[in-house]
Amino acid sequence: MSILLDKNTRVIVQGFTGKIGSFHADDMKRYGTNVVGGVTPGKGGLTHLGLPVFNTVKGAVQETGAHASIVFVPPPFAADSIMEAADAGIRLCVCITDGIPSQDMIRVKRYMRRYRFEDRMTLIGPNCAGMITPGEAMMGIMPGSIYLPGRIGIVGRSGTLGYEAASQMKALGIGVSTSVGIGGDPVNGSSFKDMLELFENDPGTDAVLMIGEIGGPQEAEAALWASNNMKKPLIAYIAGLSAPKGRRMGHAGAIISAFGESAQEKVEILKGAGVTIVPTPSSFGETVANVLSAMSKAA
Amino acid sequence: MDIHEYQAKELLSRYQIHIPRGGLAYSPEQAAYRAREIGGDRWVVKAQVHSGARGKAGGIRICSSDHEIVEAADSMLGRTLVTHQTGPQGKLVSRLYVEEAMDIEREIYIGFVLDRKLERIMIVASSSGGMEIEEIAEAEPDSIIRATVDPGVGMQDFQAREIAFGLGIDNALIGRATQTLLGCYRSFVDYDASMLEINPLVVTKRGDLVALDAKMSFDENALFRRPHIAEMRDKSQEDQRETFASDRGLSYVGLDGNIGCIINGAGLAMATMDMIKIAGGEPANFLDIGGGASPERVAKSFRAVLRDKNVETILVNIFAGINRCDWVAEGVIKALREVGVPVPLVVRLSGTNMEEGRRILAESGEDIIVAETLAEAADKAVSAWRAFSANKAA
Repeated sequence: MSILLDKNTRVIVQGFTGKIGSFHADDMKRYGTNVVGGVTPGKGGLTHLGLPVFNTVKGAVQETGAHASIVFVPPPFAADSIMEAADAGIRLCVCITDGIPSQDMIRVKRYMRRYRFEDRMTLIGPNCAGMITPGEAMMGIMPGSIYLPGRIGIVGRSGTLGYEAASQMKALGIGVSTSVGIGGDPVNGSSFKDMLELFENDPGTDAVLMIGEIGGPQEAEAALWASNNMKKPLIAYIAGLSAPKGRRMGHAGAIISAFGESAQEKVEILKGAGVTIVPTPSSFGETVANVLSAMSKAA
Repeated sequence: MDIHEYQAKELLSRYQIHIPRGGLAYSPEQAAYRAREIGGDRWVVKAQVHSGARGKAGGIRICSSDHEIVEAADSMLGRTLVTHQTGPQGKLVSRLYVEEAMDIEREIYIGFVLDRKLERIMIVASSSGGMEIEEIAEAEPDSIIRATVDPGVGMQDFQAREIAFGLGIDNALIGRATQTLLGCYRSFVDYDASMLEINPLVVTKRGDLVALDAKMSFDENALFRRPHIAEMRDKSQEDQRETFASDRGLSYVGLDGNIGCIINGAGLAMATMDMIKIAGGEPANFLDIGGGASPERVAKSFRAVLRDKNVETILVNIFAGINRCDWVAEGVIKALREVGVPVPLVVRLSGTNMEEGRRILAESGEDIIVAETLAEAADKAVSAWRAFSANKAA
């Protein structure tokens, strides 16, 4: 089991025929993802990587029955592509694009609310590595080989730090149900809390590893939600212990601008909510293993 | 991206926000000439640096004669102004703004920011202007008024009116205040700002509402569609190490430690810096080399890190997804041979083509300390740095 994505998910690629879109579409296919086509306006009717190209997302959905899309469209046009997906009835959209203006994302989020909750698209990203359900399917740019199939959910902002965690877990024989990168932008599609809710309700997930960083209110919000609603163990790491206030650390969202946004403050909030803290970024594997062994003793 | 006060005022004046008459000066003589052009008998000479709290640092002077203006300008130009926002290195003053002095009745604070929780633009206002918002929040928390804007329809007149009445503005000035607030909102949206602050917005004795100071920052992701804003960038106000890196497309933040970092991905970069700190060292910088780490990009990163003369060890940590470790290894060797790295170098490669990358490093014959895990990399970097700096001292 997994959240959001499995081997049956029918995926289209927006920005399909571009260099980056082509490379990763091919990689996702090799991993076993059910890629059914792609969209590049003006190139409809062509065949690319053995798959049909469509002019519009609506056209692709009608012809292929796709319900998921991954966006590799350049930043000036990416927000438009996400809204097109939402309007075409796509249920899961993963946006990899880095560099979308914040006001475009505000508009995207507002637009998505015009659909009833049941019909609303789940957006992952932007500025993320995507998501993977190991052994089944991948919608993203991660190296698939570092993930072992298993029962731990991972949700994080950063791509490569998520790889670090997954590979430390793999070295100890611990596998992953689904790993989701929610991205490093200040305004993003899904929050930590949104993903925790899905993992809590997923019978294939036993515990969740959350990898946060400095800046923004989402880790604290997730901690509060988890302390009131989550029965599964939650393990967390916050990057940016050494980050000074007011300096943006690479991610547009990684800037300490208010109280409660530094790594130390977030760690305190998480501890207060009963979350197990990964003390250093070299102890992801070990900390998860300890939690799992405590769970099996308790059972 | 930050801009200067005079640039922000010029932008805001296009949106019917009243600003004092003023002019830019690059020399004491020009400052005095500007004052003549403006007229009146009292002027304010303001150092243009990207920082608040300039007054306390001697960057703002009220003058009432040519002589005083020349003297004030002379004391500011060419100097680095150190405020509690600039850090100890301060910021260079290379231009001044000369304005007519206002007779102030009362001071108000207004700010516009992006609220990340609500994902909307938020207006923050307070009747206790003049202080910084953090101080207001501490001293007069009840004076703070907040409102958020529905992005579907934009800011409405009634919202601006509510804020204006909430600030206790006289009936006669409510229309002006409403126009000012709506103008700020429109400029924020039109220019993709990330922060706009007028502090203070003053009620003058003559019964006008004037922006005495103005600060604006812009979303760097949106500069592609705001060329007019991008042109306002003043590189002299930036950390020179950061300007060098950003001109080469690298994401770099200069810090005060001695261990230079070259890492792919912002999260892994922060985590690696944390690990250095845990191991007993201090990072010299944050550097995210990004997705396509070609040998050229790796070499550029080495150049950027080595521009910081405090760097006494370099740690390269790459977890390759889209990247390939063999390319990164080639880049490291290229940098060693072309750039020259006069300090110890620790390299940790993981992910795609890891074995191949490690083989290239081992067979290069170069003096590279190789690490397999993150903890090992940090430990080795800190011990290499300790040995190097002990040697240097001896």
